[in-house]
Amino acid sequence: MIPEIGHYALILALCVAVVQGCLPIYGAAVGNSMLMSVAKPAARGQFLLVLLAFCCLGYAFADKDFSVLYVAATSNSQLPLHYRLAAIWGAHEGSLLLWMFILSIWMVAVSFFSTHLPEAMRARILGVMGLVSVGFLLFMLTVSNPFERLIPAALDGRDLNPLLQDPGMVIHPPMLYMGYVGFSVAFSFAIAALLGGTLDAAWACWSRPWTTVAWCFMTVGVAMGSGWAYYELGWGGWWFWDPVENASFMPWLAGTALMHSLAVTDKRGGFKAWSVLLAIMAFSLSLLGTFLVRSGVLTSVHAFATDPKRGLFILVFLAVVIGGSLVLYAWRAPRVGLGGGFAIISREGMLLANNVLLVAALGSVLLGTLYPLFLDALDLGKISVGPPYFDTVFLPLMTPAIFLMGIGPLAQWKKASLPALALRLRWAFAVSMATAMTLPFALGQWTPLISLGLLLAIWILTTILVDLRERLVQAEGSSLGGRLVAMPRSYWGMVLAHCGVALFIVGVTMVKGFEVEQDLRMNVGETATIGGYTFRFDGTQEVKGPNYLAARGTFHVTQDGRDVAVMYPEKRRYFVQNQTMTEAAIAPGLLRDLYVSLGEQLEGGAWSVRLYHKPFIDWIWGGCLVMALGGILAISDRRYRLAWRRKEAAVPAATQMARQIVS
Amino acid sequence: MKPRHKRFILIGLGLVALGVAAMLVLNAFQSNLVFFFTPTQVANAEVPKGRGFRIGGMVENGSLTRESDGLTVHFVVTDLAKRVPVTFKGILPDLFKEGKGVVAQGQLGADGTFLASEVLAKHDENYMPPEAAAALAKAKAAGAQSSSTLVVNPR
Repeated sequence: MIPEIGHYALILALCVAVVQGCLPIYGAAVGNSMLMSVAKPAARGQFLLVLLAFCCLGYAFADKDFSVLYVAATSNSQLPLHYRLAAIWGAHEGSLLLWMFILSIWMVAVSFFSTHLPEAMRARILGVMGLVSVGFLLFMLTVSNPFERLIPAALDGRDLNPLLQDPGMVIHPPMLYMGYVGFSVAFSFAIAALLGGTLDAAWACWSRPWTTVAWCFMTVGVAMGSGWAYYELGWGGWWFWDPVENASFMPWLAGTALMHSLAVTDKRGGFKAWSVLLAIMAFSLSLLGTFLVRSGVLTSVHAFATDPKRGLFILVFLAVVIGGSLVLYAWRAPRVGLGGGFAIISREGMLLANNVLLVAALGSVLLGTLYPLFLDALDLGKISVGPPYFDTVFLPLMTPAIFLMGIGPLAQWKKASLPALALRLRWAFAVSMATAMTLPFALGQWTPLISLGLLLAIWILTTILVDLRERLVQAEGSSLGGRLVAMPRSYWGMVLAHCGVALFIVGVTMVKGFEVEQDLRMNVGETATIGGYTFRFDGTQEVKGPNYLAARGTFHVTQDGRDVAVMYPEKRRYFVQNQTMTEAAIAPGLLRDLYVSLGEQLEGGAWSVRLYHKPFIDWIWGGCLVMALGGILAISDRRYRLAWRRKEAAVPAATQMARQIVS
Repeated sequence: MKPRHKRFILIGLGLVALGVAAMLVLNAFQSNLVFFFTPTQVANAEVPKGRGFRIGGMVENGSLTRESDGLTVHFVVTDLAKRVPVTFKGILPDLFKEGKGVVAQGQLGADGTFLASEVLAKHDENYMPPEAAAALAKAKAAGAQSSSTLVVNPR
């Protein structure tokens, strides 16, 4: 009964979505405010219906209702409750429901935080979001229904893929989807602007916080995916340029470009048409990513059985959304205008260069990801594009972008002078050059790449310091603390996010340059030394988990005779799917991770073992977190709150609610 | 500078950036594309010399042997028509098993042994990498056409 309620709720949600997608947009076109006012209640009603459906599916999982096909396929009676609930998004159907649920969360958020927008704008935004949800609900109800019954019911479920039975897996998909789907808000703002034909600085000011929030979630989501691969796949890599990773990375790149381009639209009124195009691009890539990953086109832990009907629906849906919005763009963008002019050497110019580079990088990732799929689809042979391709292309494109990242914030809007910039930055450049050339020697090894990586990281930090100092000198106020506090939070947000990039670069550089990896055979009692750490293997013992049996190894790690850590890597065998899983042991640290994973058991209690020493690897994810924190700090800036407050007199109740949630 | 000139310069710079990007991409593409071959194609010497590629198929039952260092392994990849011996030094993935699908990347040695630098066998127990499945299907189809002597069914 419960699954049928969920199914019914989805059908009702579709009806509401159709209403939400049609009436308000039509109302906005003819200026009928009654039709426009349908948008808000429709969005909230749709949220409640999708919430109900989501809870029904959750209940079916918690209740071990194996008469639901999806539950039977992705869970098992031995699976602990939290993983049964996480299994809601463990495969295709449920993850689409999660997508839909998160879309409805964003819709409700827009309905609450949009009281300051003109009514037609809000109606169009919610209308466009309604149309997107029509597409997803139709997809679920026609070819991908999570509530489909299995008759007769299975005695027990086929279990969740053991790779996904991990705390990171519980939180990574919702985070990533918050980002993916969050770009639908930026997209809807863009389409609404195209429909309305007005696109001014106020529009950019409104859509900036939404874009930034989505970008923050996206950043954390991608970082978590990378962290999951690091500790769960058991071979210590953190990024493989796997198509699945690329699918989440491409919208992130587009979103990053969009954030920077919106800054120009907001502050200077420039880059209007470009911002709109980027918003369309970011969301299109989110859709592409969702479908690439979830449709089975790509094979990975994320992908599931292919169904040609689904593939066709997906292609048509993508064509309608991307094609439709691009046609609309081509038709309406000339009205929107290009915005004010500027010199090539100016902050706008640098942000434009940053955008071009980011989009070029995006294009190269897209090519490397889709080309093998096209060849395969056309039956021209099977190829793969490996990490070397992406490394070769990505580094030269990102290096100038990061170099400009240091200069951009110091350059004046409209027109800057190159000699003056050079003069202001000469110390930053000299310090970073000198450190980058010498520091690798101190660390024990000099290669051009290590030097370049450190140069870029230190360049970001030193230019930030220069910028900060100049601003402090110019700022009003007597005390240093007062002047620091007086600077807008959006500025601090940018500083923090850029520092995050620097931390990230340090992490990548140090790992790539100094990591030590060793695969070896170890007998019980034998020791091995890597990176100054001595690992002693003390044998394995059998350990029983809730739904698996594991061989747990014990490794004592010492450094110069001092005890550092005791590590317990495991080799697990999950009963239901009879699948072996490597569970690595990691001793994390600020400056290095130690990483041990078990290979195979050899004769006489010996094992083949992987021992890694990974300097600074946690800085990679730490840097991403700092970037996301920077984004959050930036949207807490006064000017966005002022935008909400401005309408206070007109609609006090709703604004108060908005403010409560903001503060 | 007139605005028109400025726009030209901007567009010019954009085109240069695009050109550089395209050049990098195509260059990197050419040198980093990894092609996939079936054991039959390897046996027919259709594979490039001195360049890495991937082979896929099934790990032949009973073919896995391990050297005394515990790390170097030898096994045979087959599409049930032809067999290719493979040598790999390192830790095999969790899902590597005799009688299951596998994809390996590496180079062909002088003696006809495939020296793998990477062995891929992700996914679950019943999963067959699509490349490996395609190799088996292809060999089966070719076998059915050319002769009726080969009557081995991939499961």
